[in-house]
Amino acid sequence: MYAYDELDRTLINERVSEFRDQVKRRLSGELTEDEFKMLRLQNGVYLQLHAYMFRVAIPYGTLSSKQLRRLAHVARRYDRGYGHFTTRQNIQFNWIKLSELPDALAELAEVGIHAMQTSGNNMRNVTSDQWAGVAPGEVEDPRIWSEILRQHTTLHPEFSFLPRKFKIAITASEHDRAAIKVHDIGLRLHKNADGETGFEVLVGGGLGRTPFIAKTIKPYVAGRDILSYVEAILRVYNQYGRRDNIYKARIKILVHELGIEKFAREVEEEWKQMGHGALTLDHSVIEEVRSRFSYPPYEKLPHMPDELKQAAHDPLFERWRKNSVAPHKVQGYSIVTLSLKPVGGPPGDATADQMDAVADLADRYSFGEIRVGHEQNLALPHVAKRDLPQLWKALDRIGLATPNVNLVTDIIACPGLDYCSLANARSIPIAQELTRRFANHDTAEMIGRLHINISGCINACGHHHVGHIGILGVEKNGEEFYQITIGGRADENAQMGALIGPAVPYAEVADVIEDIVEAYLALRDRPEELFVDTVKRLGVEPFKERVYATR
Amino acid sequence: MTSPLQQKIKITGPSMVTANRTSDGIVIYRTAKQGWSASLSDAAIVRTSDEARALLAEANADDVGAVGAYIAPVELKDGGEIKPGNLRERIRSKGLTIDLLPA
Ligand code: HEM
Ligand code: SF4
Repeated sequence: MYAYDELDRTLINERVSEFRDQVKRRLSGELTEDEFKMLRLQNGVYLQLHAYMFRVAIPYGTLSSKQLRRLAHVARRYDRGYGHFTTRQNIQFNWIKLSELPDALAELAEVGIHAMQTSGNNMRNVTSDQWAGVAPGEVEDPRIWSEILRQHTTLHPEFSFLPRKFKIAITASEHDRAAIKVHDIGLRLHKNADGETGFEVLVGGGLGRTPFIAKTIKPYVAGRDILSYVEAILRVYNQYGRRDNIYKARIKILVHELGIEKFAREVEEEWKQMGHGALTLDHSVIEEVRSRFSYPPYEKLPHMPDELKQAAHDPLFERWRKNSVAPHKVQGYSIVTLSLKPVGGPPGDATADQMDAVADLADRYSFGEIRVGHEQNLALPHVAKRDLPQLWKALDRIGLATPNVNLVTDIIACPGLDYCSLANARSIPIAQELTRRFANHDTAEMIGRLHINISGCINACGHHHVGHIGILGVEKNGEEFYQITIGGRADENAQMGALIGPAVPYAEVADVIEDIVEAYLALRDRPEELFVDTVKRLGVEPFKERVYATR
Repeated sequence: MTSPLQQKIKITGPSMVTANRTSDGIVIYRTAKQGWSASLSDAAIVRTSDEARALLAEANADDVGAVGAYIAPVELKDGGEIKPGNLRERIRSKGLTIDLLPA
């Protein structure tokens, strides 16, 4: 867990009273919507189709049980009893009244939660691996660095009025769970030949209208230099970034237009000129932040407790364990993913009752800690293996033990036209129909790892470009149509999917996806060959032939 | 659907003006009595681009009460009933098209 310092608490509280005043002035007519819009966006408040939407940050995806209970309370008291976990370690409430927002913010502030940097053209919530600090083989806890960056960039003038929003993600594992290659800046912690810890720095990734995979700008920047290096990137961006055209304002466009070599030279030049003064991180500063992350007092436990051996006779338990339980860095413990993708449910939604129940389970089984990942699932990061059978039963009772993590029904979907004022088409009902089609867990397991990502418009909040199967809602003559891509991926080998054919109408999407999956089952050369690998080996053509032959 | 926020004011059929209420964000419709209603059946119907522009201007003038007013199409049924003219407006007037709980 992380303990906020006094400065942060003061800052958060000041923001709440500031916003209370702004809302009051808006409601009385003293502030026009034009004047107010910027202010509300700085506090995570959007206007959606049916209501205001309120986006709250969950820095690096770490929550305490106390914080989760408070989120549940906000969902119940100020919203309609549920919240939506997003792909950027945020939670959104869909039905909040503007007049009640200051109270909701104040209640969240009491537990150190805020909505700063969840919208607007500033540095957004710095995201990280949801298994940070517990994944085996991690170089070190990447959240230390997320936090250093968060502190430095929060409300820093240079970062508050950028040409566009700016997103950073950090990972410290071989396997990238933070999707760093689709962020403006991606940071990968690793050790150099001398065993010192530093970062590979990637820049210019992003999805949206013009998707790009981030490119490596510098293979190694020492940890102590990371702030100055990131600042050098930001300065070059601030200097060149297009403020005149919203579609060209992201750093990915600048990197693309200048070319990565030239961009890298500019940054290097800027970095040299900045010297290595104030921004060089003192060892003591790093250690100070490190010391704020506490790790639980783990017990010395056997690798294979009796409870687990016994439970292994239950095939339902075993199925869940194999699917949702991952190794932990400490012997005798595991990381448990809680699927927020029940068959027929809206991906990423959790009810207030579920949140409360998860908070209780976290207290009982995970040292009071919960994680939120970019796949819109939750995790309990420190579960003793002997507790797994009990935990499973408890999760099953609250509908959070669907054994579908990373399977075809573990769908990422944006809110789409059911909620979002920018949408072309609906996302959630497409996801729901797909989960019903693939509801049989045996079938889903047989298909294996397969990520379906759905966005309701080109803004790509549902990461459709990097879905193994991507579904993008478009509009044709007032009707909902969907473009389908295959072969995308968001991990360390990130790449954009390729279009498989003409867009299909709403009613046919699920059929087409079923056909694609059937084609894959026929085409894969062995059961272990993953969907993305089959697409990589054969290209789009054989899929296209099978899917469109009968259409 | 192209976002209505980007539309030029040119209507091709019966239309209304809709927005969200400032205090709580709920969907509201401009009425013929210079006010707002949460019910589409109370919406003022306009048939020409000029009428539409005038109704929108009037709606926009109420910056305290409403946010993001725009013109949207409606369908008029024989009995005079007003129906939303596209999917977006159907969703805004009828609510979510989805089940919130797993089914
Ligand atoms: C419902 C209200 C939402 C609105 C109005 C909204 C709006 C937007 C817009 C306008 C962009 C494009 C930014 C650009 O041009 O660069 C964007 C990007 C993004 N949104 Fe949302 N969004 C919403 C909800 C969500 C949700 C629920 C998620 C997560 C599930 C999400 C995740 C993202 C991500 C990851 C991107 C970045 C894509 C990129 O790399 O460019 N958004 N959003
Ligand atoms: S992708 Fe488009 S439809 Fe989906 S949430 Fe983002 S802006 Fe809305």
